[in-house]
Amino acid sequence: MTASVKKGESVKDQEVAVQGNTSEEMITRKQTAVYVYEAPLRLWHWVTVLSVITLCITGYFIGAPLPAMPGEASDNYLMGYIRFAHFTAGYIVAIAFVGRIYWAFVGNHHARELFLPPFFSGKFWREVGHEVRWYLFLEKTPKKYIGHNPLGQLAMFSFFVVGITFMIITGFALYSEGLGQESWADMLFGWVIPLMGQSQDVHTWHHLGMWYLITFVMIHVYVAIREDIMSRQSLISTMVGGWRMFKDDRPD
Amino acid sequence: MSQIETFYEVMRRQGITRRSFLKYCSLTAAALGLGPTFAPKIAHAMETKERTPVLWLHGLECTCCSESFIRSAHPLVKDVVLSMISLDYDDTLMASAGHQAEAILEETIQKYKGKYILAVEGNPPLNEDGMFCIVGGKPFLDQLKHAAKDAAAIIAWGSCASWGCVQAARPNPTQAVPIHKVITDKPIIKVPGCPPIAEVMTGVITYMLTFGKLPELDRQGRPKMFYSQRIHDKCYRRPHFDAGQFVEKWDDEGARKGYCLYKVGCKGPTTYNACSTVRWNEGTSFPIQAGHGCIGCSEDGFWDKGSFYDRLTDIHQFGIEKNADEIGTAVAGGVGAAIAAHAAVSAIKRAQHKGDQE
Repeated sequence: MTASVKKGESVKDQEVAVQGNTSEEMITRKQTAVYVYEAPLRLWHWVTVLSVITLCITGYFIGAPLPAMPGEASDNYLMGYIRFAHFTAGYIVAIAFVGRIYWAFVGNHHARELFLPPFFSGKFWREVGHEVRWYLFLEKTPKKYIGHNPLGQLAMFSFFVVGITFMIITGFALYSEGLGQESWADMLFGWVIPLMGQSQDVHTWHHLGMWYLITFVMIHVYVAIREDIMSRQSLISTMVGGWRMFKDDRPD
Repeated sequence: MSQIETFYEVMRRQGITRRSFLKYCSLTAAALGLGPTFAPKIAHAMETKERTPVLWLHGLECTCCSESFIRSAHPLVKDVVLSMISLDYDDTLMASAGHQAEAILEETIQKYKGKYILAVEGNPPLNEDGMFCIVGGKPFLDQLKHAAKDAAAIIAWGSCASWGCVQAARPNPTQAVPIHKVITDKPIIKVPGCPPIAEVMTGVITYMLTFGKLPELDRQGRPKMFYSQRIHDKCYRRPHFDAGQFVEKWDDEGARKGYCLYKVGCKGPTTYNACSTVRWNEGTSFPIQAGHGCIGCSEDGFWDKGSFYDRLTDIHQFGIEKNADEIGTAVAGGVGAAIAAHAAVSAIKRAQHKGDQE
């Protein structure tokens, strides 16, 4: 295969039978697979997926609570449970993200892509341009990439890495208000509140951050499905099994 | 004011018995969250310490801080605190006026250089060289800077002096700014609120006089003893919040039952103040107890955060007022539509070029 495979990368070639476009003829084509996403990284991805879904739903209902519960206050604890779920999922996302940063140091080189887009590389930006044209239907074929394509890498950084970092910082700043002054959260994140004005401003930014992440998730899921169908490599199965499959053996 | 008396002497002179004086000391200790052992310390301090001269300036303000202050319900405070502190200058309360009043200000500044406390109610407007607030023929800005130069410490009374309040609200034509924007070299104690609670005001002063130092302040310069928790944290309606029981409309069953006012815009969860513990008017009540949500009057820029009856803040951009949810749903909807359109074009293109790649 011609997509640049780095040293030490697990690669396997397999012969697969593909339905040819000429009637009934079966052709055999070599399909290459590269091991991209290691197990801890895949686990992190899906843990984050579940937690972010939980956070968005519970967060929305903290901002705009459900209709009032009937009965005595002592018989209900709905907001308490919703907030508990939100805080727990928040802790999970934050701890998982710290683990993810650790994995960027010890994992394979694809684990670093999210955090370090090569902003100063001309080649990178040319390929971003190519990828943008592919999405504008101006390029007939996309390029092959083992890791993220340059546009994907850029989007993951600016939407996800920046977005989730912002949400973790503002989230724990708000959490510190409940824990109280001189709590660990107040020591680490309390400075955010005067920085943004006051508590209500932090709430508003945290709320906007949710919509930023929802927008990211919508685009992320759509593009993953679309690329899985239309590009020359596997996407969704890669995040499940870790192996990147290439659908053809032609050069980039 | 040539011979400064001790606090105790002043109190006795005003006909307060020693018994009442000691009661006052214990109550003050309790109000400040100090143990019973502190009552004698307060008594001792008041018996021996000279009264501290206080200059009370008024800038752009509505005098609600003064109105609150003089209603301090703490036993004796109405009579005593005004005598306790040697309130040398306060153009609203003092008997003298005009040149005489201004002369006292000058005299105190000269005589007690570096010793007096400057209490500022209201704030200075900066636009047009400060012409929007003239005191004694000069811009308030000049008076403030002049009086602040030799002050030991400065108290910013109310949201005006602390944050800017209504005169600094959008679009702020006079460019009113909180006092920490013009006084940068002195410790400033912010006592925000519109107005602050009377007992909070007297509590802060009593603390400073008793211990001869500033109370412990939080990151934003507010005394921790009164501003370290939100209204929400100590609200008596909090169990209804945790249970998910809210007032949906002002005349509904929930409103009659005293449910949580969160959904009708209560700013308790984002407001740091002591209303839910100290309360107002001799501890009688506070807004939430009266059935209305907190409007967050002790928070920075509370006039510009949108409706008092909505939890979400208005975001002023592009000349349109929107809140986070309106913006979010619009963006998410737009992106959703774009995704659908893009998917449709992708499908068509794919159908057209089917087989091209083979």
